[in-house]
Amino acid sequence: MHSVFNPHSPQGRAVATLWWAMLGVGGAVWIAVIALMLIALLRRRRSAEPATAGVEPPSARRAFVGWIAVAGVILAGFLVYDFVLDRSLGGRASPELTIVVTGHQWWWEIEYEDSIPSQCLVTANEIHVPAGQLVRYKLRAADVIHSFWAPTLAGKRDLIPGYEASVSFRADTAGIYRGQCAEFCGLQHAQMAFYIVAQSPADFAAWRAATSAPSPPPTDSLASYGKSVFMSSGCALCHTIAGTDAWGTVGPTLSHVASRSTLAAGTLPNTRPNLMAWIANPAAIKPGTHMPAALLSGEELRGVVAYLETLR
Amino acid sequence: MKRAAVLVAALLVTGCEREERRLNGPPAAAPVQFVTQVGLQPGPVVISDTAPGPFESNAAATANGQMLFSQMNCSGCHGNGGGGMGPALMDDQWIYGSRPDQVFASIVEGRPNGMPSWKNRLTTQQVWQLVAYVRSLSGLTPKGARPNRDDHMMVKPAPAQTPNARPKNSGRR
Repeated sequence: MHSVFNPHSPQGRAVATLWWAMLGVGGAVWIAVIALMLIALLRRRRSAEPATAGVEPPSARRAFVGWIAVAGVILAGFLVYDFVLDRSLGGRASPELTIVVTGHQWWWEIEYEDSIPSQCLVTANEIHVPAGQLVRYKLRAADVIHSFWAPTLAGKRDLIPGYEASVSFRADTAGIYRGQCAEFCGLQHAQMAFYIVAQSPADFAAWRAATSAPSPPPTDSLASYGKSVFMSSGCALCHTIAGTDAWGTVGPTLSHVASRSTLAAGTLPNTRPNLMAWIANPAAIKPGTHMPAALLSGEELRGVVAYLETLR
Repeated sequence: MKRAAVLVAALLVTGCEREERRLNGPPAAAPVQFVTQVGLQPGPVVISDTAPGPFESNAAATANGQMLFSQMNCSGCHGNGGGGMGPALMDDQWIYGSRPDQVFASIVEGRPNGMPSWKNRLTTQQVWQLVAYVRSLSGLTPKGARPNRDDHMMVKPAPAQTPNARPKNSGRR
């Protein structure tokens, strides 16, 4: 379950522990206050004589100052706990992998950094990571403020245009962890999901090697026709496909798009009918999306879909 | 007096209107077929048609045009409206006419000396959005719909602060 209470990373567990500690201490204080109030209400007044108006007994003043001090100590304790925890999550430890995440309206650009430029890898909406290794995410925004939040792995961190934030965490076990934009960013904010796919280090290395290489050119006639349609229409202006002349950087890269599990940032499962419907009229599925309806005939559309399906 | 004030307030409320945001469907106007490229006309002078483009008074569409202007690298030649390799777009000089249909045709057909043809590359709707933005740079579109802010360093204030263009027989030099 994708919940903060079901953490799968040391960082997620630290946040969950803080939450439970706050609930426990806060709950204990609440019960104590209610209990003292009930005692005060129910206890029979000891002396019949009325209290002197305007003059507080010294014991009342001492109790007043004492209880404020108790509350102050508890809150200050949580303040220190929270600061220390937040700093430890801020990404000071040296990571084994650095990934640049750029938020766009409404999808995620994912870039794997490497000291060798040819080993840098760009993909979208699906973040493959090696399980058990610390990964540092550098967070940027291309247009408006977004927020990067994988509830089972770490807390939220905002992506702010013109500023680079970062968060580090490691997924303990292999699995697929869903994430979501957590800062309202426009019409399709709700349809801006991502997946962190944690794999064993060997599987991750294999995935990275396969995804770094361009897909082979299509062999069957329909897909080849689709490729020529893709290159001669508006598609190539916004999308990149590695190994071809399509070098657009406005939309998500389509290199190896068929290997991803969803379309349009987690909006639709990646199936042939969904892909066709999405290309034919994206605004019908995601109103407000910046991708326009393609100016394609039925045959051209079938060709483009057949071509995209070869990009495994 | 109080009643009159309430009445006036109620009347003002009827003026409220939400701007249309076209998220889906075909564009409002079909592309033009013919473009006049010279100012000379046989017979009596006819003042050229100044019908606005479909998105001229739509702020959301003009803002989309502004986004496309940088995404499609128009600024590569036109600068941020100030010109460079290509002509400036924020002055009152229009080589191929300033009317919406003329700007539309310049984008779709391309023009000699470097302007590429965007036919089949951008949708009709996107081109009209660009038309609205390009015309807003020199104050030709309604002031209320022009972008309020530029994302780049500009040599002049944002389109919303640009004075309205003086009416002139557009398309003439």
